[in-house]
Amino acid sequence: MSQTNRLSSGGLIDRRKPLSFQYNGKQYQGYEGDTLASALLANGVDIIGRSFKYSRPRGIVAAGAEEPNAVMQIGASEATQIPNVRATQQALYEGLVSSATNGWPNVDFDVMSYVGKIGGKMMPPGFYYKTFMWPQTMWPTYEKYIRKAAGLGRSSTMKDPDQYDTLNHHCDVMIVGAGPTGLAAARAAAATGARVIIADEQEMFGGSLLSSRELINGKPAIDWVRTVVDELSANPDVVMLPRSTVNGYHDHNFVTIHERRADHIGDRAPVGMTRQRMHRVRAHWVVLATGAQERPLVFAHNDVPGVMLASAVTTYIERFGVVPGNELVLMTSNDDAYLTALSWASTGRKVVAVVDSRAKADGDLVKQVIDKGIRVIFGSAVYDVDGGTRVKAARISGLTADGKKLTGKSETLSCDTIASSGGWSPVVHLSCHTGSRPVWDDNIIGFVPGETQQKQLIAGGIRGHYDLLDCLTEGMNCGYVAAERSGYGPVGKRPEYKVARIRRSPAMPLFLVPHLKPISQAPKQFVDLQNDVTSAGIELATREGFESIEHVKRYTAMGFGTDQGKLGNINGMAITAQVLGKSIAETGTTVFRPNYTPITFGAIAGRNCGELFDAKRYSAMQPWHEENGALFEDVGQWKRPWYFPKSGETMQQSLNREVLAVRNSVGILDASTLGKIDIQGKDAREFLARVYTNAWAKLGVGKCRYGLMCKEDGMVFDDGVTSCLAENHFLMTTTTGGAARVLEWLELYHQTEWPELEVYMTSVTDHWATMTISGPNSRKLLAQLTDDIDLDKDTFKFMDWRPGTVAGVPARVFRISFTGELSYEINVSANHGLQVWKKLMEVGKQYDITPYGTETMHVLRAEKGFIIVGQDTDSTLTPYDLGMGWAVAPTKPFSFIGKRGMAREDAVKPNRKQLVGLMAKKPDVVIPEGSQAVANPNQPIPMTMLGHITSSYYSATLGRSIAMGLIRGGLDRMGETVYYPQADGSVIEAEICSPVFYDPKGDRQNV
Amino acid sequence: MEKYSALGLLKHSLSNHENWPRLWHNPTPKKKYDIIIVGGGGHGLATAYYLAKNHGITNVAVLEKGWLGGGNTARNTTIVRSNYLWDESARLYEHALKLWEGLSQDLNYNVMFSQRGVYHLCHTLQDIRDNERLVSANRLNGIDNEMIDAEQLQREIPLLDCSRNTRFPVLGASVQRRAGNARHDAVAWGYARAAAALGVDLIQQCEVVDMVIENGAITGVKTRQHGVIKADRVGCVAAGNSGVLAKMAGFELPVESHPLQALVSEPIKPVLDTVVMSNHVHGYMSQSDKGDLVIGAGIDSWVGYGQRGSYSIIEHTIQAIVEMFPAVSRVRMNRQWGGIVDTCPDACPIITATPVRNLFFNCGWGTGGFKATPGSGHVFAETLALGKAAPLAEPFSMFRFHSGALIDEHGAAAVAH
Ligand SMILES: Cc1cc2nc3c(=O)[nH]c(=O)nc-3n(C[C@H](O)[C@H](O)[C@H](O)COP(=O)(O)OP(=O)(O)OC[C@H]3O[C@@H](n4cnc5c(N)ncnc54)[C@H](O)[C@@H]3O)c2cc1C
Repeated sequence: MSQTNRLSSGGLIDRRKPLSFQYNGKQYQGYEGDTLASALLANGVDIIGRSFKYSRPRGIVAAGAEEPNAVMQIGASEATQIPNVRATQQALYEGLVSSATNGWPNVDFDVMSYVGKIGGKMMPPGFYYKTFMWPQTMWPTYEKYIRKAAGLGRSSTMKDPDQYDTLNHHCDVMIVGAGPTGLAAARAAAATGARVIIADEQEMFGGSLLSSRELINGKPAIDWVRTVVDELSANPDVVMLPRSTVNGYHDHNFVTIHERRADHIGDRAPVGMTRQRMHRVRAHWVVLATGAQERPLVFAHNDVPGVMLASAVTTYIERFGVVPGNELVLMTSNDDAYLTALSWASTGRKVVAVVDSRAKADGDLVKQVIDKGIRVIFGSAVYDVDGGTRVKAARISGLTADGKKLTGKSETLSCDTIASSGGWSPVVHLSCHTGSRPVWDDNIIGFVPGETQQKQLIAGGIRGHYDLLDCLTEGMNCGYVAAERSGYGPVGKRPEYKVARIRRSPAMPLFLVPHLKPISQAPKQFVDLQNDVTSAGIELATREGFESIEHVKRYTAMGFGTDQGKLGNINGMAITAQVLGKSIAETGTTVFRPNYTPITFGAIAGRNCGELFDAKRYSAMQPWHEENGALFEDVGQWKRPWYFPKSGETMQQSLNREVLAVRNSVGILDASTLGKIDIQGKDAREFLARVYTNAWAKLGVGKCRYGLMCKEDGMVFDDGVTSCLAENHFLMTTTTGGAARVLEWLELYHQTEWPELEVYMTSVTDHWATMTISGPNSRKLLAQLTDDIDLDKDTFKFMDWRPGTVAGVPARVFRISFTGELSYEINVSANHGLQVWKKLMEVGKQYDITPYGTETMHVLRAEKGFIIVGQDTDSTLTPYDLGMGWAVAPTKPFSFIGKRGMAREDAVKPNRKQLVGLMAKKPDVVIPEGSQAVANPNQPIPMTMLGHITSSYYSATLGRSIAMGLIRGGLDRMGETVYYPQADGSVIEAEICSPVFYDPKGDRQNV
Repeated sequence: MEKYSALGLLKHSLSNHENWPRLWHNPTPKKKYDIIIVGGGGHGLATAYYLAKNHGITNVAVLEKGWLGGGNTARNTTIVRSNYLWDESARLYEHALKLWEGLSQDLNYNVMFSQRGVYHLCHTLQDIRDNERLVSANRLNGIDNEMIDAEQLQREIPLLDCSRNTRFPVLGASVQRRAGNARHDAVAWGYARAAAALGVDLIQQCEVVDMVIENGAITGVKTRQHGVIKADRVGCVAAGNSGVLAKMAGFELPVESHPLQALVSEPIKPVLDTVVMSNHVHGYMSQSDKGDLVIGAGIDSWVGYGQRGSYSIIEHTIQAIVEMFPAVSRVRMNRQWGGIVDTCPDACPIITATPVRNLFFNCGWGTGGFKATPGSGHVFAETLALGKAAPLAEPFSMFRFHSGALIDEHGAAAVAH
């Protein structure tokens, strides 16, 4: 099909560059500079979608972000599908593949529309709340069908092949909108030397000037746009962002911008380029120059394809060289829309009539139209439309001066296009994102931004000032003011703008054109086209008691669409006010929130997906672990060796081998991931005494001590060994996952509660590589690698640490043990880690040194009854509940965190859950972790639970299973039997015992 | 109350829907009520309904400073589940879930309660342990919940990336199949309509600004719009504003008010027919009947009353969603919003008598109280009727923070919603 609606000249498209594209499987042509919408209109495509609820055929209404109907599926391949793209905002490119999102079997013939026609009367707002209730069991079935009808476009089912990015900026003046106002502001601010960012959602800068015939300083407006753009481009302090939507305005002048870098090129970005990116801008001053959107008038059947916004029609003609029909009826309540009649007439196609709701008007534009001999019918309105898939005629009638009733005879005007204009609505959305409420202004018949806490200026259309000269002047002034307030200036010579003023006669507030019948009986008068919300729906909502505008919105779904009510909301509010007999100011608006227009999830996520979702942390010995077949466990951000299977081994066999190696000879564990906090300062010791539950006053240099940390509630929160490095210098270790949390906690207390203490804390976790050698042969092994540390058992005792050299590098060696065996934790600088580890492996060969992972470590420590915070504890247990009262020093001079909490009456009750050991009656049964204990396995459900299994393993050392768990009053119930009912109906019997299963006296670590 | 039905719809369509009755009226407040409920959210309205229905107390007013159901009730992501860890909370939420199961019929208002299941993903061995513990506890409490492995999970939720290629591969999940979603507004409206029909006065645009307390007992409340309104008993159900009301009554609550956000995508064709939550990568998602992907974010770490949150939270949440569901990367986010949640130190609610006689509070539901709406209302109505804590409410007294009898629900399966 050829471009029947394309003019042979004019507009900002490039006729030398034809582009072919696909829509609903058919090939079409457009030109470079087109949007998908303008190209479809050029080709005479009327129906571009079906409505959500009634499946009515719909056409393109607008030319920008307010478009409710032309919501398309785009993408040439499965992986590059993009749902819900507004055709009015999608630049045309060669090979674009698009389709309508609703309609079955297709948009031109949709079966659902018959359902809509027949059932529509039974589907007023909220009908689903009133039905689908019987029988109760049928709801899932009803819902299945409701869901089938849901949604517009479809998501891809594959991983996104594109990449996205995030940029951060600081600037002096952030200008939103690059129409005349924004450009004048940018130019002014930039002239002072301020750092300026200017963003506009459209393909090019210029805003309303892109479709304007006005002259600035005697030249076409577009020339001025080009000059300013060139000037700004040459300024290194100006960042210009076309195709960039300011989607959110947050507190403290934080602005987010969604830039589409490649969507005008294809459905996938060229190799090496990100598809879209988010700019996160912290601006000193923000200038909102977002202009205004035209409001359509609401009348019966105003959704028939061919009913459009007047300004959109102008835009299609002037900017794209497309006349979206042959015979126009223009319906307006103001002067501005007369421009549409002038544009249309200039193409040689017919303007049937201008229907003006006002009794009279004599502005410049009105006169020009009358002078052209176009029929202007004052005091009248289009109240209904004939036509199904395209407008056939407009029905007009006289209108009372207040716009509330039709008078006189009606007349039918044949036409195929109806352009309507109810005036302008300032684009106040962004100004509301930070909590400011817009205020109604009777003078401009629209809402304007209200008071704000932000450093924000507004200029031009957003204030309801539409005259071009006013826009340029206001924009310029705001640009200067913003720059000056950001510390720039003084301002030199100001440019002068010369624009002929257009005299306009007053507009009339008109939203809903009355029908011959009352609202409830009139044919559908659409307010929100995307959600099929009608004036009758709004009236019904208020009739049923939904009187708050928020209730109306929610009950009718008005403004819930992907256009978020840009086209319909103000009309809806006005109609609500009308049916409630209130003023619009009283009714107010719903809350505008981000996003201004929808933005891609991928763009918000940026690079932080997959590998980069969260940093992966590895110890210095990672290459060795990988080479030696370790499997890994995620612990916090760390990848820790879980165990080191040898070929042919089951997991249990590997664990048994690793466990026995430690018990019988020597094993080696990479313990680098434990959190390490370096604590210094003259009050470091006092600080430790306050954050740990035990005493620290006497810990000498060279000594280590285990400590428990509680929160204020007295419940255990972290644990670890802290060593005294020098009088005012300590090294704290924390759990692997808790490292950051603990440091934050310590800083919180230091900074807010005890700022008088002199103490400095630094995370040194990854400065060190830590390897634990554990087992009876560990001393012999270490002795072969150090000659300056005295390893004598009586001088370097359990819970001592020594500095020295290991494998030729400086080291700190801690004699502490998490396995119950003789153990040394060797710490060397991370850079030496791998080398020292390899040396230990090499020298350890003679002892058959065995690397072991976290799982083996868990078994070994469980054999000794050592807790793992977070596994055996869950922030409901005091140290006493864990049988670790020995680690609490209640008599410390200053209190400690958690002391009062753990002394509360319920925290000291005897029958609390306490940590004990548990032995399954059948030694080969490992009780599943998480199993809940009961005293009577035959009790009917709900059963009385005593506690759960926290840790449970097969112990190769003991040749049987062991477990740790919580049991109510467990410390006093040694020897009693409890039962663990399983999901499969079986019950595991177990005996309560001490959690120390092996070497209860601790002899092995003290050798 | 006119009964809603398909037949009724047909009948009204013949008269162009001109004769539908109001769901509620705008009565002028009386001088005095037996019971005043402060806060016309889901919980407050449910409380009023059960007071009238179960206890025959109809001389009741609900005072709402804005519009009915306009607080967190209108802002939440509607996850309903009862698989809580501890006996006390499990009983309370399961009580609520049982009420949910017949709620549309009870209210004669379709609240669209859909038992589409809720999955808690496990990404670490500790996640697995925690969920095993939870499942085991739920089973012995008679609450459905089961563990499934990654392969089965992948079969049940094709959209979810259960491969090993993610940063934190999914190891398995627990799933409560009776859990699901409901339509939040409908819950508020359904309760409001039913309560109004039983004679309760629903008074919108009526903000409580002070409490009238004589000799240690409350005798009424002072409102901005209607002056003092007297009552024998007052129940406050004001979610994020509870601390403000407590201050009026002269005591403090152990709650912090934080902004909590949520967001939706544009409506797309169905891709997910259940609810998936991951505490580890920190995000959750479901798809509404309209087609929007409904996504939850975390709380802002600072306190505040502005009903909006920080962008960084949105970023992190969407990263988590794209990580879990890489196929939705090209779908677009339509809108975000925030509510103010009242969080308790132990992540459990407070349903309680207070230091002021005849004044009761129901708050602290934090990020997860929507699911409790029927149960909360039911139990609080009983509490107000009795003048002391109902049995199910007893463990949730505010005095537990003095005694230490906490019910710590973020300990084990620390999933917030
Ligand atoms: C983003 C978000 C997502 C959530 N997701 C979930 C979820 O998935 N599942 C879940 O179970 N829960 C969720 N929640 C939590 C849930 O919304 C709340 O716990 C629950 O709705 C609280 O109900 P309510 O009726 O007590 O509170 P609200 O609905 O907030 O009602 C309190 C009412 O009190 C009124 N009020 C306050 N002060 C006064 C005063 N002085 N005078 C008169 N009236 C007053 C308020 O205007 C408000 O209407 C979420 C919350 C948020 C914000």
